[in-house]
Amino acid sequence: MSARVVTITSGKGGVGKTTVTANLGVALAMRGQRVVTIDADIGLRNLDVMLGLENRIVYDLVDVVEGRCRLRQALVRDKRLQELYLLPAAQTRDKSAVRAEDMVRICNELRESFDFLLVDSPAGIEQGFRNAVAPADEVLIVTNPEVAAVRDADRVIGLIEAEGKGPARLIINRLKPELVRRGDMLDTSAVIELLAIDLIGIIPEDEAVIMAANTGRPVAFTDNSPAGRAFHHIARRLMGEEVPFAPLKEPGLLERLFRWMRAEGEE
Amino acid sequence: MKQDGIAIKGTRQGLLITLGEGPWEAQVDALARRLEKGVAFFRGGRAALDVGPRPLDEARIRQVQDLLARYEVDLWAVQSTADATILAAVRLGLSPILGPEEAVGGGEPQRNGEESPASAASGLVVERTVRSGQRIEHPGDIIVIGDVHAGAEIIAGRHVVVWGKLHGVVHAGALGDESAVVCALDLAPTQLRIADHIARTPEERRRRPVPEMARVHKGRIEAVPWPHR
Repeated sequence: MSARVVTITSGKGGVGKTTVTANLGVALAMRGQRVVTIDADIGLRNLDVMLGLENRIVYDLVDVVEGRCRLRQALVRDKRLQELYLLPAAQTRDKSAVRAEDMVRICNELRESFDFLLVDSPAGIEQGFRNAVAPADEVLIVTNPEVAAVRDADRVIGLIEAEGKGPARLIINRLKPELVRRGDMLDTSAVIELLAIDLIGIIPEDEAVIMAANTGRPVAFTDNSPAGRAFHHIARRLMGEEVPFAPLKEPGLLERLFRWMRAEGEE
Repeated sequence: MKQDGIAIKGTRQGLLITLGEGPWEAQVDALARRLEKGVAFFRGGRAALDVGPRPLDEARIRQVQDLLARYEVDLWAVQSTADATILAAVRLGLSPILGPEEAVGGGEPQRNGEESPASAASGLVVERTVRSGQRIEHPGDIIVIGDVHAGAEIIAGRHVVVWGKLHGVVHAGALGDESAVVCALDLAPTQLRIADHIARTPEERRRRPVPEMARVHKGRIEAVPWPHR
């Protein structure tokens, strides 16, 4: 059994890469997968905070690369899920502390013992991004339904295709159905048309995500938020399951919209 | 295109610039004018220089190297039938290419001063989506079978044809050819340039895109639906 290395990236910062990585890690682990989430954002680590594991870190990725510890020692096991681990980034170093070959070597070493390795890429298209993409078997692009984020996503998709890591799949994060309905936000079909790649999930805007980020308990742990359900749908699709997308557009009536948001808002 | 004796063609290893006959300084000046006219086209490229049978010393080769460098073109090779030139090139750390027969890229070198750069280069077919940040340049025609996204750049010495959406920046006739045209199934570029002329797509969005062709007409760029009514 060999793990799949899935890199989560975006180009633009602040679109939700780390949130997606943390929640997919939780959702996959809850479905019985053995998962390592890897924070490749050396110097600006966040994944540990989102997972609520900050105070358990002893060693980090750079310690592994520089030989101060064994890879196993740096893995932080989640306090709730037996099969979820974090390989934290170093906070006191920068991107140059790790090379692409190091990431490939570390991922190859982990492949045998796990089902999924989720690599959380830093924003940008420089060394840190290249390190994160180097070990990837597949790439998920996170974007928001806004023009600047979509433009950066397009740039990154092109770079990934050039690396032979394509085709990447798309996650649209923070979609606000109400704004889309009023025509004030790019809708899903417009984003897909602009980027011309396959969609793997849509995460609706959800206050629960913000609260979860602050408490270190990702929304995917519970089933009672639209975003949490959306992350589980993506996890199932990653595992090869056919999960139908809910209708992308809903006609006018407010009541129908509310019902749709409640029932299938995750899509 | 003026007949200055210089031929520029695209090869797998970059551009091949062939100087024509005539006085050295005149040819260098002519090259400078070509570079000035096609600034966007040349920027970031690499070139080999074919000087024919001229015996040149290091200073003269460096003169061209510096000229090209000002336009961000990296001179990597010198082609000549003169031993002195080849030796000078080697001393400057450039790759030597002997004789006209083994031209860079395998094609026969263009020595014909009457040729425009357009006919000196064949077409380039791009069969994929051209995405933001990607730049495709070619001294001849460029044909894209796919979409050109906003943020991408297509720069051609001659025509540009896009069998798909054209939303990026496009420059046809980038070496100064005003007869170049731009055709696309959905012609809505961020900016459209032909030779020295620049146009933008009108802000209002068309409901249903129709194939269009843009060309220079009476000193400005105009786009007409295809086929002509």
